[in-house]
Parts: sequence; structure tokens; C-alpha cells
Amino acid sequence: MTDNILVLLDSTPDGQLSKSVPGLLGAATGLGNPIALIVGAGEHADALSAAAAAAGATKVLLADGDNTIYSTPTVDALQAAAALVQPAAVLAAHSDQSKEVVARFAVRTGAAVNYDAIDVTRDAKGIIASHSAYGGAFVVTSAVTFAAPVITVRQGVVEARGTAQPVVAEKLAVTPSGRKSAAIESIDVADAPTSLRPELRGATKVVSGGRGLGTAEKFVLVEQLADALGAAVGASRAAVDAGFVPQTFQVGQTGVQVSPQLYVALGISGAIQHKAGMQTAKTIIAINKDETAPIFEIADFGVVGDVFTVVPQLIAALEASGK
Amino acid sequence: MRIVVLVKEAPDTYGERFLDLETGLADRNKSDRVLDEIVERALEYAISYAEKHEGTEVVALSMATEDATASVRKALAMGADRAVLISDGALVGADVTLTAEVLAAALTHIGYDLVIAGDQSTDGAGGVVPAALSELLDIPQITKLTTIELDDKAVSGTRVIDRVTLKLRAELPAIVSVTERFPDARFPNFKGIMAAKKKPFEVLSVADLGADIDVLAKPRAIMTEISAKPPRAAGVKIVDEGDAGNQLAEFLKKNQLV
Repeated sequence: MTDNILVLLDSTPDGQLSKSVPGLLGAATGLGNPIALIVGAGEHADALSAAAAAAGATKVLLADGDNTIYSTPTVDALQAAAALVQPAAVLAAHSDQSKEVVARFAVRTGAAVNYDAIDVTRDAKGIIASHSAYGGAFVVTSAVTFAAPVITVRQGVVEARGTAQPVVAEKLAVTPSGRKSAAIESIDVADAPTSLRPELRGATKVVSGGRGLGTAEKFVLVEQLADALGAAVGASRAAVDAGFVPQTFQVGQTGVQVSPQLYVALGISGAIQHKAGMQTAKTIIAINKDETAPIFEIADFGVVGDVFTVVPQLIAALEASGK
Repeated sequence: MRIVVLVKEAPDTYGERFLDLETGLADRNKSDRVLDEIVERALEYAISYAEKHEGTEVVALSMATEDATASVRKALAMGADRAVLISDGALVGADVTLTAEVLAAALTHIGYDLVIAGDQSTDGAGGVVPAALSELLDIPQITKLTTIELDDKAVSGTRVIDRVTLKLRAELPAIVSVTERFPDARFPNFKGIMAAKKKPFEVLSVADLGADIDVLAKPRAIMTEISAKPPRAAGVKIVDEGDAGNQLAEFLKKNQLV
């Protein structure tokens, strides 16, 4: 009999599965029989179940959410789902919502946590997780001493995918634990971004700007190149501290960590703080006026030059070849 | 009101950081060790609140080896009233659930109305200990806050995750974690540094906490292998002579990146 792998899926406010889901179900498929749990699907239950099955879930458990109690209903649902399917591992995205839920589930049920895995595999002794430590400078594998591990998986890094399954969805009965919880007083969902620019986290291409852009107005150059490449926009901490862009754009040890196919650094010196957030990119391009900038030490293609002349030429060349 | 701030020493992110390839543990001798910066923001909030609300005690709690004393003392220099360091050889290499069990025991030992943590450290970067503590202590969690309001009875705050903004509220006692949106911390002044030397600083073992923590009784996460990635080699570097943009476009096409 194949082991059940219980996978907690994140969904977005407008009723889509999170982008982490295909990788999560792909990772779970490599370990056993992926059974998905979706909490609070509400009116989107059918669509979410179908999407989860298409991404590889052999069964989808649907639990009611509660828009007035923070986090605890999802922990209770995960506990009920685990009791039902007796999984060999519990997988969830290392997202802000799910990582807290699974940590609470783990201490509640006495399980151990391997967090922020970049890969999950199985050997003769059990399930092991790989991690990238200190911004990719070290690779570490971990396991748990016994019992089923609870593993959070970094978003957007697992390339494995599950195979589409027939939709098998069922309601999960959950007994509320009554644990003391914060009340949700209001939920505001901002409109989906109107630009088609990809999200920074999990993006396959990223163009980032640094202090070398000079001002918030001139930072638009970064966006122009990003749009020409179909890339997400990022920034160094220096650019964020200078107020060019909000903190959510920050790539680095204290921001978003990215591992794209292509990373373009414009006017970024390449402090260790920044490198720790992007040095696992497959290809790195850097443009900087300062030929001694440390970013050149890790760049596959470095240009010592002015971003305000090199980038417009690059955009023009890309547009010319696109026609 | 007693506010306990969870403080943690971490290798300075402005320098190179190393893991010991024999033990898999952080190599303390090779990196500068500092109070993690998110922790300083948490402390800043607690200390500012205490300055405005008489009768507020701020306790800095850490779990680390004894050589973290200097970092923890910085919390006292900033203005915390006392510090508790849980230091025990049995905790070396502790995973997140063991860490949470020990901190939960320490919090119960100290007593608290509000626990404040950083949302995630710069070294482990797990961001799960506050949630685990809420479960172990059966207190509400409101985590990853961008703003916070506190009174004698309750704490509320705003949590912004991607496009969703939540307003959360919890009765005390509770645990919160703060994000980088919180103000920068103050620098300890000379008076603070001198005063810190006279403030209570307890170093306790797990046995001192009187808690029943059996490291081996529960499953634990362990490191099985570790390797250092070879440093990334630099590739081509050209000086722009008027055609660098075109050359870059060629490079991208050649490597199928456009």
C-alpha cells in the first residue's frame, strides 16, 4: 500500500489555488499518495477541488473555514485530516499562513518539523528534506528521528509535478479545539494587481534596482526592463531604504529570497545582505558604474557602465528582435 | 504589565556567515555575532511602551549558549529591565519544536502578559516559533504585524500578507510577532550601557525551569548531511563602449533567456 501524504493547500482570496500548489503536490507525488486539504473553500469548493486533482491530488478533503477566528480553525482541520488519513508526512508551503498552521499542528500532535525545504525525497530510512542555508551558501539535508515528519516547502522551487487525477472530493468533519485564538476584526482584500508583471516570490526572471538608480522616478527604468523581459521587479535594501520602492520589493537576506532562471541587477553593488537573497539564480547579469562592485564577482555577464545608457539600448535591442 | 521579548543572537548579515561542516552548527568563531535586527525592533516597541506606561516591566528572554551573554546584555543597555538566558548543553542543535518547548517553559517560569518576538530570524528564518508557542501555552497569536495597539487588556494589530490585510485582536495574555515595518531600534547610550551592568541577568538550565522536557521522547528534526556550495565563479565582464546593451541582448538570446 502506498503511504498517504497529506498536503495543506493555500488558496488566494479570489478562489484560486496558490502558485505553490503544483510544486507541493509534485513533491508529495514523489513520496506517496497525495491527499489535499483545503480549508475555507466556500463557494469555490468545486473549482478548487478540480484544480487540486488536476495538479495531482488523488483525494481532496474540504473543511469549513471561519472568517472570525485567526489560524486555529485551519490547525483543527489539519489535525482532523491527519487523524483520518494517517499520513507518512504532512506537507505545506513555507508561506506565511501555512507555516504557522503546521508548526502549531506539530507541537499539538508531537511531530517534528523540517522547515523551508527546497526538495523532498525518500531513501531507505525515510523521508528527507533538503534546505538552502544562509542564502544558498550551504546545502543541508534533514530528517526526523522518528514518526511522520511535517515539512514546509519553499514556494516556487520544486520543479516536480503530479499527474492529473479524477476529482474525488469529500467534506471533512472537524471538531473545534477551542484553543485561545485571536479574533479577525476585518479582512481587506486589495484588488489583484492590474499589471501583468509576475510576483517576485517564485518568479523565473527578476530585474532588481539599487541605489544606482538615483531616485524613485528613475527607478521606472527597472520596471521597463522587467516588462521587456516579462520579469518581476525587485530592489536592493539600499533602494528600499532610500524610498524608491516599498519594502515588499526587497530582495535579500531580510527580504524575499529568489532563485530565478535570470536575475538582472541594475545599479546594485552586491552587498552580502543582497547576495544572500539571489545568488542561487541560474544566470546573473549585473550593470554597475563601479567596476569594483562585488556583484561582478558572481555575475555571469557583467557590464561596467551607466544603467541609463546600457538598459535603454538593451530594451531597444530586445524589442527590435521581438518584431 | 510584564512584556517578555524573545531575543536571539545571529551572525551579522552584513558579513559572511558559516556553518561548521563537521557539526552542521553555526560557526560562531568565523562570523560577527549580533543581536538579530528584527529582535531589536521588537525590543524597541516594548521599551517605548514601557516608557509611556508606568508599571511595565520588560524582560529579555533568550535561549543560546553562554557566549551570547554580550548580545543579550545589549537588550538591557537599550532599556529592558532584566534578562533571562536559557543555556544548557542538552539544547545544542535544538530544532524548532524543542526550542518552542523550552521557551514555553521559560515563559511560564517568568510569567507574562504579552510576549513579543521578531517575525523571523535572519539565520534560521523559519518564522514558526511564535505560532508554536501560542499552541503550547494556549494563548492567542497575532503574528507578522505591521502595526500594533496595546492596552492593559488586549492587543490588536494589522497583518498584511500579499493582498490581504487582516485586523486582528486578542485578549491578553497573548503572543505577537513584529515585522521590519516596525521602527528602527535606538542605539544604547552610555548611561544605558552602564545601567545594564547592574540589571538582573539570570542564566538558567532546563532543570532550573522545573519543566519536564525530554529531548529524546519526541521526534526531532536532525541534520543528516551538510555541504558548502562552491563559490560562484564570475563570468564575462565588459566595459561599456557604446554597444553593451546590444551585447547583453545577444547574450540573453544565446542563452534562451528571452
